Amino acid sequence: MSTQTPPRAAFDLDRPWQLHPQVSVRPERFGALLYHFGTRRLSFLKSPALLSVVRELGDAPSAREACKRAGLTEAELPAYAAGLQTLASSQMIRPREPA
Amino acid sequence: MTLPLVEQFQYGLDAPICLTWELTYACNLSCVHCLSSSGRRDPRELTTAECRAVVDELERMQVFYVNIGGGEPTVRPDFWELVDYATAHDVGVKFSTNGVKITPERARRLAASDYVDVQISLDGATAEVNDAVRGPGSYATALRAMRNLARAGFRGFKISVVVTRQNAGQLDDFKAIADRFGAQLRLTRLRPSGRGADVWDDLHPTASQQRQLYDWLVARGEQVLTGDSFFHLAAYGNPLPGLNLCGAGRVVCLIDPVGDVYACPFAIHESFLAGNVRGPGGFAAVWRDSELFADLRRPQTGGACQACSAYDLCRGGCMAAKFFTGLPLDGPDPECVKGHGEQALAAAAGAPAPRPFGDHSHRSRRAEPVPVSIGRRPDRACDENPLAGFRTPT
Repeated sequence: MSTQTPPRAAFDLDRPWQLHPQVSVRPERFGALLYHFGTRRLSFLKSPALLSVVRELGDAPSAREACKRAGLTEAELPAYAAGLQTLASSQMIRPREPA
Repeated sequence: MTLPLVEQFQYGLDAPICLTWELTYACNLSCVHCLSSSGRRDPRELTTAECRAVVDELERMQVFYVNIGGGEPTVRPDFWELVDYATAHDVGVKFSTNGVKITPERARRLAASDYVDVQISLDGATAEVNDAVRGPGSYATALRAMRNLARAGFRGFKISVVVTRQNAGQLDDFKAIADRFGAQLRLTRLRPSGRGADVWDDLHPTASQQRQLYDWLVARGEQVLTGDSFFHLAAYGNPLPGLNLCGAGRVVCLIDPVGDVYACPFAIHESFLAGNVRGPGGFAAVWRDSELFADLRRPQTGGACQACSAYDLCRGGCMAAKFFTGLPLDGPDPECVKGHGEQALAAAAGAPAPRPFGDHSHRSRRAEPVPVSIGRRPDRACDENPLAGFRTPT
């Protein structure tokens, strides 16, 4: 069970991403719990909006578009990109080849 | 986006994050500190069909994984079948074992699954220290299991150590054993639960050992797991990795072998009994509706600890540790790093502490392995009749 934040790298909002196939998502009042069966790590999505973004990722042509579909404004993007980078560095989400 | 998650967790979740499920009270060992006073099987233990029904519920509740223990869970004849059933229903399994059934062939099958994790118990980095607590031969059994897992290519299985006064000086040696087998070390706290109540005074780490343990854990960060069990040490200054709160009834609970649901694996006592999975509504109803759990999810007052500058860090420590040492639940932990626990214990001296519930110990009460094979159930719950199970030789 980890609550530590790995070091931040820039998150590529303009490429397609997807939830890792070994990750299970459980919605909660505060957002969601994520569990990765491969790394056996638990993570948290700390807002319902971030859960919406994660849910849109697999179908959207880019993470930026997924954020838009989840109703985020341009001003909110940097904070959510940081959140997505945290998920990427713990392998909860991963890059997807463009369709 | 930085909501205080700990506060969310304090008010409970719709389903536990992780759940301990003890499948049997039967065990081939008689560890002196056994948290569940295991030894003999209970005739009321859940059947295979009832266990499957529990898994079905956990799947519906989206419980990601269960920590299966006992007793020694692998001595249940349907153990591997239940593990397969759980993983086929998206409920991951981590099981704790003394290693007795981890053969080379079994290790190969375990290594092939992404959804099963194995935790081998070891309470000394040497046979001498380990076997004094877990019984003769138990060190060799555990090491053989580790070797089998490592040879089968099982990376990152867990080696789980209960830190005691006797092994607190062996932390580097434990880490070396884990590194040698490509395993991950997990250290947990000794609680005065089960038979642990009888040995806690002699086995729990000294104050200076606690301090060394804390410094050692801080230096290792996330390399060493703790199951969040040392959050009372956060009062030294900085929290250890993890949630750092008592999750009892909020994010964790225990299902015991007869289906009783307790707030935590270290709290097997009627005061912490929330219900039974055999009741109407099953486990989900217990988790969501039990009065005990509702009570645990209310804001806690902090009681005598509220005036302490460290209260926000340790939150008063471990409920089970207080309860079974006879201390009030809203006061300091018996191992409070500020020394308040020692004062409280001295003040409570002489007052009888509550006794753990439901003793399934082997009757000899020696820390020696006994042959266990589950075939025939005991004749009755309480085998007090000296002739119970006795068959005249023919």
